[in-house]
Amino acid sequence: MIRLRELRKSYRVGDRPLPVLKGLDLSIETGELVAIMGSSGSGKSTLLNVLGILDAYDEGTYHLDDVLIRDLSETDAARYRNRFVGFVFQSFHLLPFKDAAENVALPLYYAGVSYRERTARAHELLERVGLLDWADHLPTQLSGGQKQRVAIARALATRPRVVLADEPTGALDSTTSGEIMDLLLDVSASEGTTMVIVTHEPDVAARTGRTIRIVDGRIA
Amino acid sequence: MRALDRVRELAESLSRHPLRTFLTMLSVGWGTFVLVVLLGAGTGLQNHVEWMFRDDATNSVWIYEGETSLPFAGTPVGRPVRLRNADHEMVRDTVDVDRLTARFYFRGRSATAAYAGRSAGFGVRSVHPDHRYLENTQMTAGRFINALDLNKRRKVAVIGQEVSKYLFRGADPLGEWIDVAGVPMRVVGVFEDSGGEGEERQIYLPITTAQAAFGGYDHIDQLMFTLTDANIDSSKAITAQVTAALAGRHGFDPADKQALRIRDNIEGYQRIQQLFTLLDSFVWLVGVGTVTVGIVGVGNIMLVAVRERTAEIGLRKALGATPGSIVSSVVQEAVLMTAVSGYSGIVAGVVLLEAVRAWMPENDYVRDPQVTLLPAAVAAVLLVLFGGVAGFIPASRAARIQPVDALRDA
Repeated sequence: MIRLRELRKSYRVGDRPLPVLKGLDLSIETGELVAIMGSSGSGKSTLLNVLGILDAYDEGTYHLDDVLIRDLSETDAARYRNRFVGFVFQSFHLLPFKDAAENVALPLYYAGVSYRERTARAHELLERVGLLDWADHLPTQLSGGQKQRVAIARALATRPRVVLADEPTGALDSTTSGEIMDLLLDVSASEGTTMVIVTHEPDVAARTGRTIRIVDGRIA
Repeated sequence: MRALDRVRELAESLSRHPLRTFLTMLSVGWGTFVLVVLLGAGTGLQNHVEWMFRDDATNSVWIYEGETSLPFAGTPVGRPVRLRNADHEMVRDTVDVDRLTARFYFRGRSATAAYAGRSAGFGVRSVHPDHRYLENTQMTAGRFINALDLNKRRKVAVIGQEVSKYLFRGADPLGEWIDVAGVPMRVVGVFEDSGGEGEERQIYLPITTAQAAFGGYDHIDQLMFTLTDANIDSSKAITAQVTAALAGRHGFDPADKQALRIRDNIEGYQRIQQLFTLLDSFVWLVGVGTVTVGIVGVGNIMLVAVRERTAEIGLRKALGATPGSIVSSVVQEAVLMTAVSGYSGIVAGVVLLEAVRAWMPENDYVRDPQVTLLPAAVAAVLLVLFGGVAGFIPASRAARIQPVDALRDA
């Protein structure tokens, strides 16, 4: 599903380049659930941005579902993100003025799905994450765990090839973290969705199928 | 379906800050309201002035007799200049005029007219057939004075509606003989005049008949003519040509402003027209300025909104919003705000003008204030255009927002 070859990326700091990814090779199979760990500054966030087509890379190749992701225009990048990638963020990033169902349906709006259809799909997904009764609640009326469940439902909305979760349990207590991990594992198992979870919590990493450690821009 | 979605999204983002949206829209609406009201008031003023000119042909020049004020060829000042039939013929034969008439008055311009025991004083003007075009005389029955009347010195009279009402009390006056200053005249026509009752209290006689009957010989009091090409330059040139010819015939200095009194309606009318063009441009300047202030306000608010929504826009992009869809939603929001508020302002202005039109008593300053379709349509198109411009800078800023930066967890 994901294939990275000799991936390099550097940021420009002042007038000199600061290499962040230094020739990274990585393969993740379809349906795999992997954790990425690494100290801060190791390049794991940059890697996640590249995987999520939020950021470009300098050298090497990135294949997502056998499609080469390279030198995309912003518009194409947006379309690929919409179709191929679902995001789960540490701080949820739900739109505060939209209710749970509307938040879940948002990617479908940009996919051009009709209002009726995307509302139906949003309710289906909220049922999947156990929040059907909360469909018309605003994010402020939900607990942290519930918000993250909504965010996971949103990440699944367009049936993406891969779900990228950036510290999905970082803002949650340990009980809730466990529940969220249960949900992600369950989704991964039942839908066969490929998942990449960036975390610094060994407990979380331990529940995934494989842990990839990034040290100084390379796979350790 | 997509359109409905767009509207839903727009309504949602506009209703997030109702007070701010309302105030921003108020400034645009106020601008168009002021523009419409000013334009309407300007039109009202102009209508009033045109109404004042309604009675007389606006492309006409009137020449009255005067007295010399400059010595000329040994003659003293204060010498009266007397116009003659020959002067009328000279203008007719040598000057390129459209309509031409002379006027001959007698005994203080009015005379007693009598019919069947009723009599009253009415204005009497003795004229040529073209006179009807110079005074905008509208026939309601019969005919005006014609060339045959003049040639044969027929004793005929054309009477105003008020004259007819008083002397005939509703009976048909055509063919009846009335007594005008002791001379019987046959009524051949009745007229109305937009100049009002005063004008309809006039009696017109053939100038030749009046000159013969009332001892006028070949004297005329006034020359009046219209021009085919009515602009200030040509009217001035022709007036100068006529004045010079008359000066030669009557022996006065062509530079003598008192020898003849000249009323150039063309010049007066066109000067007023120019004044109104100026006033109109001024109104547009003020109005468009006010609207622009409102639209700059919209642009400003959109900039604030885009900044506020940085995280939201970043998230939307991460979820698949293309830069194009972000740009168009911001531009649409700006256009919607300016268009809705601008139209509301226009409608409010038109409603006010209509109310004023309906309830304002007749007065000496304003008549029929209103805006015509064209400026309203122009304003409407400009609003949408300006709204787009106002939204464009904030929109392009929104399009540059990178999801990576916007979503970075603080």
